[in-house]
Amino acid sequence: MASVAMVVNGKSVTKEVEGRTLLVDFLRNDLRLTGTHVGCDTSQCGACVVHVNGQAVKACTIFAVEADGAEVATIEGQANKDGSLNVIQQAFQDHHGLQCGFCTPGMVMSAAALLKENPKPTEADVRSYLEGNICRCTGYHNIVKAIMAASGQDVTAIAAE
Amino acid sequence: MYAFEIERPTTIADAVKAMEHDGAQALGGGQTLIPTLKARLAAPDVLVSLTAIGEMKGVCMSDDGMLCIGAATTHATVAREAAAHFPGLAGLASHIGDPAVRNRGTIGGSLANNDPAACYPAAALGTGAVIITNTRQIAADDYFQGMFTTALHGGEVITEVRFPIPQKSHYMKFVQPASRFALVGVFVAKYADGVRVAVTGASEDGVFRWSEAEAALSADFSAKALDGLSVDADGMIGDLHGSPAYRAHLVKVMTGRAVAAAA
Repeated sequence: MASVAMVVNGKSVTKEVEGRTLLVDFLRNDLRLTGTHVGCDTSQCGACVVHVNGQAVKACTIFAVEADGAEVATIEGQANKDGSLNVIQQAFQDHHGLQCGFCTPGMVMSAAALLKENPKPTEADVRSYLEGNICRCTGYHNIVKAIMAASGQDVTAIAAE
Repeated sequence: MYAFEIERPTTIADAVKAMEHDGAQALGGGQTLIPTLKARLAAPDVLVSLTAIGEMKGVCMSDDGMLCIGAATTHATVAREAAAHFPGLAGLASHIGDPAVRNRGTIGGSLANNDPAACYPAAALGTGAVIITNTRQIAADDYFQGMFTTALHGGEVITEVRFPIPQKSHYMKFVQPASRFALVGVFVAKYADGVRVAVTGASEDGVFRWSEAEAALSADFSAKALDGLSVDADGMIGDLHGSPAYRAHLVKVMTGRAVAAAA
C-alpha cells in the first residue's frame, strides 16, 4: 500500500491505495465521485476523462499514485459555485448534446480542456479534439454544436444531418 | 491486473537503482503498459514510474544544433515545444493517439516499447537520432532490433533522445482509425548529405529504412523520383486491416505524400 495525497475539485484528500489502483477507481470507489465513468477500460472511449494538473487524461490509464501531489478536476467540480451548470454543461443541455448521457462527463471534461487551449475552435478542431471520446448515441453533431456554442460562437449554421 | 509495488523516483539515479530489483519494469506514460497489465500480458513485481523525474522532461536545442528531448516528455509537449525547431517531428507527435493519450504518453516509453505500428520509431530511425540511456548512447540504426525488440539491456533506462534537424521532413501516417496507430507510417527527412526514409506499421520486423527510396530521393527529392520503385510484400504484416500487398503498396504511396508535404 502507498499513501497518496491530491487535491480533487479543490479539496485535499489523503488515502492509502494499492499500487495497481487506477485513478478512476480511486475517484469512484475511494472518494465516491461516480460521475467519472468507466466505459471501455482500455483507454479508447474517453468516458473517464478528468484533468490532472489542468490536462485532460484518461483516468482508466493512470495509477492513483501517479497523481500523487496533483490537482485533479472531475465532472463533479464543473458546476458554478451556486450549483448552476457551467457554460459547457448548459450548452450540452441547450443543444441536446447527449442522449443516454454515459459519455457526457468525459465529453464535458474534454471540451473544457479544448476550450482552455483553443477558446475559439473551428468545427474541425472540435471533431479532431474529440477523437478519443466515443459516443454511441448522438452521432456527435449536437455535441460539436454544444461545444461551439459554449465557445461563444454562432451555431445556427451547424445543422444536424 | 496482478498486484505489484510501484516506485516513483524523482531522479535518474534513483530510477536506475529501483530498476535493479528483480522483476522491475519501467513505466513511462503507461498508455501501452497499463492496458497490457490489465490484460495480464505482463506481471512485473515492481513498476518504476519515470514521470516524476524533472531532469527527464523538456525540449531544448544542444550547442551542436540537435533537438534534445527528455525521455519522459509527453507527446503533447513535443507537439508544442518542438514545432519551431523541427515541424516534422512536432507534426508526428501531434497525431499520436488522441489528446488525452498525448498528455500522458512519452517519447521514451514509445521507443522502449518499439511497437511495430508506433510513430516515434519512424522519426528516430528516419533522422538517425541518438538514444541516450543511463549508461550509453545508441545510434537509431543499432537500436531497433525487430518488433518490440531493442538494444536496451535489462534495467537500462532511456533518459533522452537527440535528433539531428533535417532541412525538410514530414511524417505521413495512414491511420488505423480504431487504434489510431499507423497502418503504415513513413518519415522522410532530407539532410545536406542525403535523404532518410523510415517506415513503421508495415513490416513484421518493425520499423525499417527503405534504402531504394533513400537513394532515389537523395538524387531527386520529389514524389516522382519514386515512380519506378516498388516494395516487396514479403515480410509485410497481414491482418484484418490490410494484406501484406496492401501495406507494401501503402509504403510507396505514403512516402510520396510525405515527400510532397515535406517542409
